[in-house]
Amino acid sequence: MGVESVPRYWRERRYRYRLIGSECKKCGRRYYPPRKVCLNCGSRELTEVKLAETGRVLSYTTIRVPPRGFHEYVPYVIALIELDDGTKLLSQLTDVNPEEIKTGIRVVATFRKVREQSEDGIIQYGIKFKPI
Amino acid sequence: MRRVFVVGTGLTRIGEHWDKSLRDLITEAILMAIDDASISTKDIEAIYVGNMSSGYLQGQEHLGSLVATWLGVPGVAACKVEAACGSGGAAFHQAYLAVASGLYDCVVASGVEKMTDAITSDVTSALIMADDQEYVAYMGATFVGLNALVYRYYMEKYNVRQEKIAAFSVHCHKYAKLNPYAQFRREVTLEEVLNSPMVADPIHLLEAAPIGDGAAAVILCSENFINRLKLKREVEVIASTLATDSISLYDREDLTTLKATRVAVEKAYKIAKVSPRDVDVLEVHDAFSILGVIHLEDLGFARKGEGWKLIEDGEVEVDGKIPTNLFGGLKARGHPIGATGIYQVVEITRQLQGRAGKCQVSDPELGLAQSVGGVGGTVVINLLKRVR
Repeated sequence: MGVESVPRYWRERRYRYRLIGSECKKCGRRYYPPRKVCLNCGSRELTEVKLAETGRVLSYTTIRVPPRGFHEYVPYVIALIELDDGTKLLSQLTDVNPEEIKTGIRVVATFRKVREQSEDGIIQYGIKFKPI
Repeated sequence: MRRVFVVGTGLTRIGEHWDKSLRDLITEAILMAIDDASISTKDIEAIYVGNMSSGYLQGQEHLGSLVATWLGVPGVAACKVEAACGSGGAAFHQAYLAVASGLYDCVVASGVEKMTDAITSDVTSALIMADDQEYVAYMGATFVGLNALVYRYYMEKYNVRQEKIAAFSVHCHKYAKLNPYAQFRREVTLEEVLNSPMVADPIHLLEAAPIGDGAAAVILCSENFINRLKLKREVEVIASTLATDSISLYDREDLTTLKATRVAVEKAYKIAKVSPRDVDVLEVHDAFSILGVIHLEDLGFARKGEGWKLIEDGEVEVDGKIPTNLFGGLKARGHPIGATGIYQVVEITRQLQGRAGKCQVSDPELGLAQSVGGVGGTVVINLLKRVR
């Protein structure tokens, strides 16, 4: 994750705390996190949009061997999610028994703690998803 | 563009080198390549060092100057080349360009990774640096985890059972047993693979490339240089291509294809005026069993969803239609990240020279090496041909 940095965390908070993305005015593709150039058509005309808060699980896995800083949270589930407006993103699934997850289940966004960087460090928050 | 030839190869055994540092490993491999080419260090004009994580794992950057110092050749052009797990392939690509362009006559393409200095969670952190830190690593994703998403998606999309894919690990171990510098010189059974601990479901431990230390190097040079030093002309690089794709899976249209592979390989086939049928020996970047299968498809050897059949039908064996990973691949030869792309080129070169020992394919003319960074954010294709 690189060095622990308050400014680095702070400048992303708008997009980590809410599902704000961008939409291409030319081709309509939506992105999360937002960006300035469309990956699909190259247009620079993108506007910020509030993304759909519900979607479905495209694929998922349970992390058992975590990176530094995530030991106390294992096992946890990460998933590739397609929101109802077509935006795709990667997040954690929460409030669910890993055994009960299946591809295609419906999920809804929820604001959660992601981790604490260290005893004196930043407490990281973000959007996770839970089954509907 | 000038013709570019491989005239020397060097490598270290891959494994847990407790007694050797990063600089020891890379120096050993490059000196071996220099000796193999029958040239001297003073012939070297440039050095490209493929490496991903020396900054994080050793706290050491500036590898170009470090390697030039330890080789005793200060003054040469040298720098690190980084493209995550594809760093080795990318270093080779840069070295190829350096000779092809006419700027240098004799250069080193090398790669090194020293992974066992770190504990597993730090290696896991280092590897996920291949992906988006702010929105993917942030959520606790690991590199194995991202590939697990691909694996599950592939199985469901094409309705393929896991044992068909896990068989790729068995294949790699079978050949690593014959390879003196492989990390795991032993066979494994399909049952052992499928019963090994789960790292990130559905990926078992024995479906994932191991953590290891290693370094490899090749000497690339021009025709002028070969003539001047009266070297043997054996192996030519007939194409070297690099393509990128979106860094993270969420931007992909199809999780089961590495678009960068298709872009890079189609360009390479076109430049070299060859087709998949012409490839006699292949090294693919099987960081996970599923990737081995996907690569066979994306490189043009099988239809989508059917790469596993090449394994089942024995076509990837030494006497099959497309002999693949005959030194054990990433799974069993080992995967010292930034060095892996160079190991592959060393292996293809030795196959074309007839120096592959017990892993030797009968009379190969054309070899292909595929080096992948991240979950396909970078793919390098290197095509090598025997010249008579």
